[in-house]
Amino acid sequence: MATNLQRGPATVDEDREANRGKSRTTTIVINLVVMVITLLVLFPFYEVVIVSFGNNPGNLIPHIFDIANYRYIIVQSGALRAFLTSVGIVLVGTPFSLLLTILTAYPLSKKHLPGRGILTGIILFTMFFGGGLVPWYLVLKQLHLINSYGVYIIPSAINTFYVILMMTFFREFPDSLEESALIDGASDWTILTRIVLPTSMPVIATISLFYSVDRWNDWFTPILTINDTSKWSLQAFTYNLMQNVNQFTSNAQASAAASVAQSHIQILPDGLKMAVIIVGMIPIMCVYPFLQKYFAKGVMLGSIKG
Amino acid sequence: MSVNNAKELSTRRVQQTKSKRSYYLKRYRIMYLMLLPALAFYATFSYYPMYGITLAFKQYMFNLGVLRSPWVGLANFQLMFQDPQFWNAFRNTIEISLGRLAFEFPVAIILALLLNELGHSKMKRVYQTVLTFPHFLSWVVFSGIMIEILGDTGIVDGILSQFGIHGFDPLVTPSVFRPLLFITDNLKEVGWGTIIYLAAIAGVNPELYEAAYVDGAGRLRQMWHVTLPGIRGTISILLIFAVGGLMNAGFDQIFNMYSGPVQPVSDILQTYVFRLAFVSGNGFDIPTAAGLFSSVIGGLLLLGANWVIKRMGQEGLF
Repeated sequence: MATNLQRGPATVDEDREANRGKSRTTTIVINLVVMVITLLVLFPFYEVVIVSFGNNPGNLIPHIFDIANYRYIIVQSGALRAFLTSVGIVLVGTPFSLLLTILTAYPLSKKHLPGRGILTGIILFTMFFGGGLVPWYLVLKQLHLINSYGVYIIPSAINTFYVILMMTFFREFPDSLEESALIDGASDWTILTRIVLPTSMPVIATISLFYSVDRWNDWFTPILTINDTSKWSLQAFTYNLMQNVNQFTSNAQASAAASVAQSHIQILPDGLKMAVIIVGMIPIMCVYPFLQKYFAKGVMLGSIKG
Repeated sequence: MSVNNAKELSTRRVQQTKSKRSYYLKRYRIMYLMLLPALAFYATFSYYPMYGITLAFKQYMFNLGVLRSPWVGLANFQLMFQDPQFWNAFRNTIEISLGRLAFEFPVAIILALLLNELGHSKMKRVYQTVLTFPHFLSWVVFSGIMIEILGDTGIVDGILSQFGIHGFDPLVTPSVFRPLLFITDNLKEVGWGTIIYLAAIAGVNPELYEAAYVDGAGRLRQMWHVTLPGIRGTISILLIFAVGGLMNAGFDQIFNMYSGPVQPVSDILQTYVFRLAFVSGNGFDIPTAAGLFSSVIGGLLLLGANWVIKRMGQEGLF
């Protein structure tokens, strides 16, 4: 406040517009506080990067730049296959989930659909109560989904929260547009594909991104259901490497020692772990700008109006 | 109007509703077809497993399967209630969830208030970009990073060694493991958590700030008397949902971060069920009972939360 007064009456109006009594010192202090928090979040990632390039864990300043960890992870460890499996899961699973979600959300967004209340209730009930882990596992077993690629796609095909999100969006769609199309003889299917979907691209983009990230990050399904290492997703592979890192390290050291050019290289367990983490993070970083563009919209769409 | 007339009118009305129903069925034929795959999905993966709940009241025999295993009444629950590990997991679930309410829930609000004070500056975007990113990583990956930093050869240990504290590994130290859970979850999720508050803050009427300023309110008082009341609705709804989710104490994080030495302070019902069913392999009946116990309490809590929110005149989940 004091600084405002010192600047004299001429700037008071300006201040009111832009600052409303916000002093510069406070802004700097707040900046510093948030900057410290941001650095706390950022710093671990810096460590991950330098350790993945062969620096000792605990080093602050990198002095080695070596890609032996990446070479082993990508070429020999089986991570490449797991990476491609994960890519495949996202490419097949996302459109599949999206289609099912649209087909669920669109009819349920129609106020006049008879039985809408019951149908919505059936779906929402699953958010409150479920059979639990063991019965769910037994169903997967009964359907022969254990140790199959299908387990990545089918049991998690619909996320009820995203259905609600999309329903909320479709509900905002003006009825008049659809009614006039109906009068012109268009079927509900035509209205959905030709009119509703083309104008719903933001919500479709949001939900596709959410589904892809969920697919990419799903680690529990394969841990629970996939024993066959050749069918591991990258998350399952990463989890396994974390658990059995010493075995991976001795394999990596053996193969490095076998090649004359690399025999001087010492492979550390931490380096392998961090390299596989980076490999798993790259696709997320690639879509992150889009995620950032859409996620706020997604959060707001589905959120309770406050 | 005569009685006859009234009768005629009512039969006509019945006929009308009948034809209306068949009209609607025809009119919405395609809509119902669209819903079929989803209904099949929910029937298979949400409702069919509920039949497996019967296992909680049976003695599971691997060779007989769910259907033919013999009924044992409440014996599984009796055994479960006699297991000290079950009670420990139950207590941990509640305590860790309450801990998150106390040490994680307010952090996102405070950070949102701070970010809001930065206006539309470029730095604010940079902060938000960094802070939100970890939300999109899985706990397998993020716990890997945290363990790298905090583990016995990590940078934190290196820094502590400078101060003469050697060999301190918080990941296996029971007294600090829970705070560690709260801190690392905050690092991962706080940026994401601010988004909803920032959106709510954006909806506060700017004239209120003007008025407060004219009345001599400084920055902190504006924050306290204008911004906070402006997002009170959002805060209370999120708080109620957090209470409704009390039985979910953060399985993904704990499963990927805990180990033997810290199990007594971090074992929650979900990790207990997982271990019992898939690690020790003593059969599926008691874990099913434990899962049912957790589902019922969790479902009731969430229903209660939803009810409270509706009582407040807000839009609940349904």
